[in-house]
Amino acid sequence: MNMVNDILQFLINALSLGGLYALMALGLALVYSILRLINFAYGELVMVGGYSLLVFGAGPLPWIIVALLSVLMAIVASLLLERVAFRPVRDASANTMLITSFAVSTLLQNGALLLVSPRTRAVRVPSFFIENVTVGGLLISKSNVLSLVVSLVTLAILTLFLRRTVLGSALRAAADDFVMTRLLGVRANQVIAAAFAISGFLAGLVALFWVGRTASVVPQIGLNPVLIAFVASVIGGMGSLAGAVAGGYLLGFLTVGLNTVLPQGLLDFRQAFLFGIVILLLLFRPQGLVSGMQSTERI
Amino acid sequence: MKVGQFRMWAHRYSTLIILLVPLALIALIADLSGQVVLQRIVIVLFINLILVAALQIFMGNSGVVSFGHIGFMGIGAYASALLSMTPEAKAAALRSGYQVVEQVQAPFILALLGGGAVAALVAAVVGFPLMRLSGAGAVIATFALLVIVHVVLIHWSEVTNGPRVIFGIKQFTTLWIAAVCGLLTIVGAYWFKETSLGLKLRASREDEHAAASIGINIIIVRWVAFILSAFVTGVAGGLWSHFITIFSPVAFYLSQTFLIVSMLIIGGLGSVSGAVVGTVVVTAIFEILRSVENAISMSGLLSGTLAGLTELVLATAMIVILILRPAGITGGQELRWPGKRFNSEMQGEHD
Repeated sequence: MNMVNDILQFLINALSLGGLYALMALGLALVYSILRLINFAYGELVMVGGYSLLVFGAGPLPWIIVALLSVLMAIVASLLLERVAFRPVRDASANTMLITSFAVSTLLQNGALLLVSPRTRAVRVPSFFIENVTVGGLLISKSNVLSLVVSLVTLAILTLFLRRTVLGSALRAAADDFVMTRLLGVRANQVIAAAFAISGFLAGLVALFWVGRTASVVPQIGLNPVLIAFVASVIGGMGSLAGAVAGGYLLGFLTVGLNTVLPQGLLDFRQAFLFGIVILLLLFRPQGLVSGMQSTERI
Repeated sequence: MKVGQFRMWAHRYSTLIILLVPLALIALIADLSGQVVLQRIVIVLFINLILVAALQIFMGNSGVVSFGHIGFMGIGAYASALLSMTPEAKAAALRSGYQVVEQVQAPFILALLGGGAVAALVAAVVGFPLMRLSGAGAVIATFALLVIVHVVLIHWSEVTNGPRVIFGIKQFTTLWIAAVCGLLTIVGAYWFKETSLGLKLRASREDEHAAASIGINIIIVRWVAFILSAFVTGVAGGLWSHFITIFSPVAFYLSQTFLIVSMLIIGGLGSVSGAVVGTVVVTAIFEILRSVENAISMSGLLSGTLAGLTELVLATAMIVILILRPAGITGGQELRWPGKRFNSEMQGEHD
């Protein structure tokens, strides 16, 4: 019975963390698959969401409204970044785009440092983020269940959107072959804006849970999410949307697994182990778990 | 043919003269001015120059992005510091150092080379699998490498004193040591481009498949360049640690990575001239901003500190430069003496 409980506990933790990671990775991979842009500033969208929670949460608004507003702010920020910073360098080399996003990330982080505060700010979160429920001897945190459900629902809705709508099909087509998609009459600006909007939406959603875990926000809050999103989408196969989701879940399982397996003395090195495993994975499958359409160049 | 060859060489050297003379002048002016603040800025300029040139050796010639190099700087900084510190200083600075580490002591030059060698060794071990990657995969894997090195530096207290500062390092790096090392690195990086290895590497950057088809082992040439570049980066780390003398692992993380990578990209990563121009331009912007920031803080016009203003403006400047000149200020070309006659002979040189 104890064994079963442990396994169940592990599964719930891994699935809820993996779900969050999958959302992060998907937001990054969506933009990458179309533009070949590794968006370092993706983490700062999480930060924008976090600070929106802080600002709107200070008022009398109910939390759900605050949450919706925060997600909206992340979407707006994402669209704004696309228009101001990324569109002008869209045709430049991948390196230039990469460094631009790196610069945008630094810009936003230091903006928050300068305009808000370098210190940690407490954010009001609803009580269910810290409450636990006991089900059949299992201690489960409500936020874990919530993130598990929310991530699954979001992934389902996104899948429907990508498969059943015209814009969704255009996005998938652009991810496979952007040039061909444009030749077929799909407007580049529209598709890219849609990708950035969804990316912002996912970042905002992730921000709710990421901030909820610690009930605080700092300018550097975006670093870990963006690292995780990177790594997950690389393991999954850069440019493949399904791969990003798979990579996110795999990373969630690895993280929770390492937490369980590693002895106390080595727990500090957890991140090093995690990324070491990632490099090993890349050694055997440089193209990732699911190879995207453009992962190998045809001669 | 001989005359033509001589002209080509003269033409090639014109780049080195254009790059080296102003830099040597900067060092000379800083030395003669006698101002300690200026000298410190120039020393850091030269150390950053070595870091940027080292990054250019790998990134510029292979076209593979590396975000992991500052990790090698950290490894070189700690390794060389541990080599040069006296056993007493080590006993005082590290609470639970290993016996072997505590007993060893080497002169400065050997410590520098040792720091570079340790960095190169780490690069050799982790680099081989990494060299199979290119594009986005390489970006993220080298980024992961940076995180791994950072985590290890922070938590390996026996060697690094953990997240706390390490102290008791003697200051060896003078203005002229930094300057000479910087100038030598530029000559080396420039020479490397023309070596057989450099040419193979550049061929693989232009077209992987074509390069492989003429018998270039891409993984091997990238790997060797990666190790070489890590060695130079490690030496730069050693120079830095023997200049700063007190530091902690935070110095070798994202902000330093951002600074060095942006210097190279702003200058133009395809050429050594780009590395030099980028380093000088970014350092100039950085120092001007910092003095403005200080002046504003000192005048008390605004309450509180202005932490982050420098980075904010630097990032904005970078975005503007990248929008206006996506291939960097030099556009990836070497600076040359204006001479139209040789342009046809130099066709193979543009990159």
